[in-house]
Amino acid sequence: MDFELLIGIFPQVLLDGLILGFMYALIALGYTMVYGVLEFINFAHSEIFIAGAFVGVEILLGLKSVGLLDGLPWPVVLLLALLGGMAASGLIAVSVERIAYRPLRQAPRLIPLISAIGISFFLQDLIRLVESLWRNAFNLVYPTMDSLNLRFELTETIDVSVKSLVVIVGALLMLWALHLIVNRTKVGTAIRAVAEDQAAASLMGIDVNRIISLTFLIGGAMGGAAGVLFGVQYGLINPYSGFIPGLKAFTAAVLGGIGNIPGAMVGGLVLGLLEAFAASYLSLLTGGAFGAEYKDIFAFSLLILILIFRPKGLLGEVVRERA
Amino acid sequence: MTQMALAVGLVAASAFAVATFPRSVLVFLFFQGSLLFVYRARIPEWLRWSLLALALLVLMPVIGYYNRYYLEVATQVGIFVALALGLNIVVGLAGLLDLGYVAFYAVGAYSWAIFGSPHANIIFGGDSFPLAGWWFYVFLFVGLGVAALTGILLGLPVLRLHGDYLAIVTLGFGEVIRVLANNLDKPINLTNGPKGITPISRPPAPFGLPYGEYFYFLALIIVVAIVIVSRRLEDSHIGRAWEAIREDELAARAMGVPLVRMKLMAFACGASFAGVMGVLFSAKQVFINPESFTFLESIGVLAMVILGGMGSIPGAVLGATVVTVLNLQVLKGFSLWLNELKNAGVTVLGYSLADLPTQFEPAKYERMVFGIILVLMMIFRPQGIFPARRRQRELAHH
Repeated sequence: MDFELLIGIFPQVLLDGLILGFMYALIALGYTMVYGVLEFINFAHSEIFIAGAFVGVEILLGLKSVGLLDGLPWPVVLLLALLGGMAASGLIAVSVERIAYRPLRQAPRLIPLISAIGISFFLQDLIRLVESLWRNAFNLVYPTMDSLNLRFELTETIDVSVKSLVVIVGALLMLWALHLIVNRTKVGTAIRAVAEDQAAASLMGIDVNRIISLTFLIGGAMGGAAGVLFGVQYGLINPYSGFIPGLKAFTAAVLGGIGNIPGAMVGGLVLGLLEAFAASYLSLLTGGAFGAEYKDIFAFSLLILILIFRPKGLLGEVVRERA
Repeated sequence: MTQMALAVGLVAASAFAVATFPRSVLVFLFFQGSLLFVYRARIPEWLRWSLLALALLVLMPVIGYYNRYYLEVATQVGIFVALALGLNIVVGLAGLLDLGYVAFYAVGAYSWAIFGSPHANIIFGGDSFPLAGWWFYVFLFVGLGVAALTGILLGLPVLRLHGDYLAIVTLGFGEVIRVLANNLDKPINLTNGPKGITPISRPPAPFGLPYGEYFYFLALIIVVAIVIVSRRLEDSHIGRAWEAIREDELAARAMGVPLVRMKLMAFACGASFAGVMGVLFSAKQVFINPESFTFLESIGVLAMVILGGMGSIPGAVLGATVVTVLNLQVLKGFSLWLNELKNAGVTVLGYSLADLPTQFEPAKYERMVFGIILVLMMIFRPQGIFPARRRQRELAHH
C-alpha cells in the first residue's frame, strides 16, 4: 500500500468529485421539483437531460461547419450551446407532461410512473432516429475547443482544465439563479404553494396547471444545462448515456430528501464525491480486486440503504409515501 | 356453427399458407392470428382446445421444419410468455412494481451456465465439470429454487417500501445483479465477466429430436405448467390475498392477511418462473453473457404484462406473443424489406431509398416499441387488451 500515492491523488479526486457532484445536483433538481409538486418520479428526466446534450452538440457542430466555432469568443459559443440545450430540454419536459402525465393525474399511483418509463424509452430511440437520419450517426463527440482544454498546473500532480472550471462555475450560477427564482419571486412562491397543497393553492387564485408546466420547464432547463455541461466535460454522448447519470441523480435527490431543493444540491455533491472517491480508492485499497466498475453498485446500494433506513434523506424533508 | 367452421377453416388455411410461402412474415402472422381467433371464438371447449393443441403440437413443428427461424421465434415466445406470467404475479396480482425482474432470469441462467460448462472447474478446481447432460433436468428445479431464494432476499429488505420507491429499488437491484455478473471475473472468476460463459451443455434430446424442435417442446411444456400453476394460484386463498394487498394494504392486514409472508411469496413465485426459463435459455443459447439481462429486458417483459392486462393470464400470454413477434419479426421484417427496396433502387416521391442513412435500421428500435406500448396503454386502456375482471372494476372505480 502506497500511502503517499493515496494522499497525492486526493486533491484531483476531490476536484473530479465536485464536477460530478454539480452535474448530479443540476439533474437532481428536475426530479426533486417535479416530485415536490406532483409526488411522482419523472422517469423520463434522464432523457430530457441527454436531449439537452444533443442539442448542445448540434449547435457546436453547426457553428463549426460555418467556421464560427473558433471565430467567436468561447464564452459566447458556450452560452449559445447552453441556452439552446436549456430551451430544448425545457420544451420537451413541458410537452411530455402535457401529453403523457396530465391525462393520468387522477389515475392510481403506478399508472403515471409506467407512462413515464414508456416516455423515457421512446425518447431514447427518438433521439437515435433523428440523429441517424440527420447525421447517419448517433454516437456524437463534442468538438474540441482549444481554449477550453487549457490546463492550469496547480502543483506537479494536480491540474485544472478550463472546462472543469466552466462546469463548476456554470452549475453554481444555475443553482443560484434557481434559488432566486424559487425564493424571491412571485412565481417561486406559487411553485412552493402548489407543492404544499394544490387545492389550497388553486383557491388562492393560482393556476395550478400553469405552475406545474412551469415546474417542468425549469426542471427540464436545468437538466438541459447539465446535459451540455456533461457533453463539454466528458465529450462522447449517445442517446442511451443519460440513463445511468439520471438514476444517480435520482439517488442524489433521494439522498438529500426528495422534494427538497437545497437537499438535491447537497445530495448531488455528496454522491458525486462519494462516487469519485469510491472509483479511485476502491481498487487501490483492495489491490485491484474491486475496480472502478463497482462505483455503480456503490451508488445503487446507497440508494437502497437510504430508502430503507432513512427515506427522509439527509435534510429530513418528510416523504409522503403513497401506495 | 359458422364460428366453428370459421375456426377450423382459418387454422387449416393459415397452416396451408405457411407451408406454401414459408418465408413470408405476413403469412406467419396470419397463422398466429388464427390461433387468437380460435381462443376467442364462440365454439365448444373440446374443439377450441383440440384445435390449439393441433396447432401447437403438430402444425408449429411442421412449419418449423420448413423455416427454422419460425421455430426459434416460437421458442422465444414461449420463454417470454413464462417471464410475463411470472411478472404478472408480482405486478399484476400483488401490485408490486418490479423493474429488475430480469435479474431472476439471469440467476437461473447463470446457475446452469456455471455448472453445465467447464467454467465451474475454474471455481472449484479439478476437471469434474461440465456436469452430464441429464443434470439439466435437475437444474431446472435448482434454477427455480435459487431464483425463488433471490426473490425472497430482495423482498425482505423492501417490504416496507411502496409504489414508486419499490420500483426504483428493484431497478437498482436489477442493475446491481447485472454489474456483478459483468465484473465478477475477479477476484474469484464466478461469471467470466463480459466475455460470458460457453460452451454450456445441452441435455440429451429424446427420440432423436433436433434441438430446435426439442427446445420448442420443452418451452411449451414449461409454459403449460406455468399457466396451470398461475390459474390455480389466482383462485386460491394466496391469489386472493395478493389482490387484497394490491387493492388496499391496510384493509388487507385488518382482514388478517399475513402481509410479510404473502409479499415474499409473490416475489418468490414470480422469480421462480423466471429462474426455470433462465436455465432453459442458457442451454438453448449454449453461450450467455450479461448483455442478455439488461434493464431493457425487464421493461420489455413489463410492456408485455401491461399490453395484455395486469393480473390477466391470457393477457400475459397474448402480450408476450405480440411484443416478441413485433421485435423479432415485424421490426426485422421491415428492416429486410427496406434493404431490398434500397438495393432495388426504388424511389419514393422522387427520393431514392438508396440515400437512406445506413445507421437507420428499423430493427433496432425495440425501445421505441416498448415505449409507445407503455404510454398508449396507460393513457387509453390501462386495463390492457384482455383485462382481468377484478382489475377492470378497480380501474373503473377510480
